[in-house]
Amino acid sequence: MSLYIENLKLKADAIRQDIIKMLEHAGSGHSAGPLGLADIFTALYFNILKHDPKKPDWNERDILLLSNGHCVPVRYATMAHAGYFDVKELLTLRQLGSRLQGHPERLRLPGLENTSGPLGCGLSQAAGMSLAMRLDKVKGRYIYVIMGDGETDEGNVWEAAMLASKYKLSNIIAILDRNNIQIDGPTEEVMPLENVVAKWQSFGWKVLETDGNNIEEVINALNFAKSIENSPVILIAHTIPGKGVDFMENDYHWHGTPPNAEQAKIALKELRTLRGKIRSESE
Amino acid sequence: MTNIRLIKKLDSDILFEPIREGFGKGLVSAGKTNPQVVAACADLTDSTKMSLFKSEFPDRFFEIGVAEQNLVTVGSGLAAMGKIPFVSSYAAFSPGRNWEQIRTTICLNDQPVKIVGSHAGVSVGPDGATHQMLEDIALMRVLPNMVVIVPCDSLQAEKATQAMANDSRPNYLRLAREATAVITNEQTPFEIGKSYVYREGKDLTIFACGSLVYESLVAAEVLESEGISVEVVNVATIKPLDQKTILSSVSKTRLVITVEEAQINGGLGGAISELLSEHLPTRIHRIGMQDRFGESGEASELIKYFHLDSNSIVSSVKELLN
Repeated sequence: MSLYIENLKLKADAIRQDIIKMLEHAGSGHSAGPLGLADIFTALYFNILKHDPKKPDWNERDILLLSNGHCVPVRYATMAHAGYFDVKELLTLRQLGSRLQGHPERLRLPGLENTSGPLGCGLSQAAGMSLAMRLDKVKGRYIYVIMGDGETDEGNVWEAAMLASKYKLSNIIAILDRNNIQIDGPTEEVMPLENVVAKWQSFGWKVLETDGNNIEEVINALNFAKSIENSPVILIAHTIPGKGVDFMENDYHWHGTPPNAEQAKIALKELRTLRGKIRSESE
Repeated sequence: MTNIRLIKKLDSDILFEPIREGFGKGLVSAGKTNPQVVAACADLTDSTKMSLFKSEFPDRFFEIGVAEQNLVTVGSGLAAMGKIPFVSSYAAFSPGRNWEQIRTTICLNDQPVKIVGSHAGVSVGPDGATHQMLEDIALMRVLPNMVVIVPCDSLQAEKATQAMANDSRPNYLRLAREATAVITNEQTPFEIGKSYVYREGKDLTIFACGSLVYESLVAAEVLESEGISVEVVNVATIKPLDQKTILSSVSKTRLVITVEEAQINGGLGGAISELLSEHLPTRIHRIGMQDRFGESGEASELIKYFHLDSNSIVSSVKELLN
């Protein structure tokens, strides 16, 4: 494995540590999704996205829509590491007057593309953006949409899926965070989603799959997705909710819960030492 | 005495035309003036008269299908890329079905999407209660950033549509199905946020919107012959309310009736009541839908059945003055 990928893995680990610190400090918020998405966000902001942290409104940037707004701590943490703002600001999450609202608000923080929280809207917004770009004959700009798997219970998602397929909006690359949990339990108990691949294929989408916690695989899959023409693409990213923290992994109870001080300490130690693989200087 | 500076004399030959027709024409001219204007519809392109824009600018029109949630969220995305999207359906479906998407992706997200709800009010007629949208004014009025416009005739709808294309806020435009008296003329002013005194009087003010502005003016003429002087104000923008015009009229007449083809709770009646109770407490009577749904029937029958016609307005004014 290249040194480059190793560095990105360390970056994702640092982002996870910040997510834990932010959530513990805020005393509320979602843990599992943001931790599970840290590798995908690292791949996006440090490799895939055409963007400039110093010019968030750059008119040639790629668009990243976070449709499942409750996962925004990972976006804030990654944006801070990418240079959009000082990492110190991360600890203002969910506080009065903060730019880092509990769910993202576009107008509050440069670099956010949409206000979200209520689920199921990101793909429709992407479709609107893509149609506008087509009218303006814009080439080479991609629109990435991150959606939760539980989110696809929403009918709005499938309305958008039909539209993007009808108009062959091939600069849309959706990333489905397939972590198999939602608030009330495992997705297949709450509202079975399988067969996910067949569902999206039958809606006219090109479907790719990847290990969403393997940065190298995610980068390769997204680069392949960019090369696909004539249809929108969805990357089904299999992730582990709570990834990186043993007692959170795959436990749906951590969907909407933050760690307390003691739990945060354990989690941070685990992340700092890469699960005991290395000695941490701060131990 | 009709204020003929602002509107036509009611005794001249009055043309009847659906208000939505004016929207269709206004959208075409807005499209010609501004290439950023685009349109999307949820399978009701002819009914909402968006068809006129579609034939003129086929590339700038998007057919969304029967999917109103998608309709407005696609609008949010179009606006995010600098377009000025007009999105239309029947008011019962949009904003009836997709209120939360409008709240989050348009109002809180502050994208200047233009939501056009056609076939509002009981005058939809035989289709019945499911399709007679009565709660849209209330639903849109409570949303921060949203502007609510209810034109009184097709010509005003045309002007309103052009004005909306130049407005940087989210807008809601309420349209009716039936042919409505065209009482304004080319010179009649229209500005978003303004109410207009269409007839001056001293005994009572009628605040009306939509097609019932005409009924109110007819009522005022009848009352004049009986020695009652009624001021009629067209509240063409319900949010933001033109406080100055409204308060100045009420401080003269000190008696108010509101007239609308919508629920009085939260509608125009609600808006005027809120304003007056804070700034100029005044006795008020609200004509409109009294916390009930409509039903099937011919438009003109329903307007009478629900006491929204000029005769009913005349009776209400007399009752209030006694």
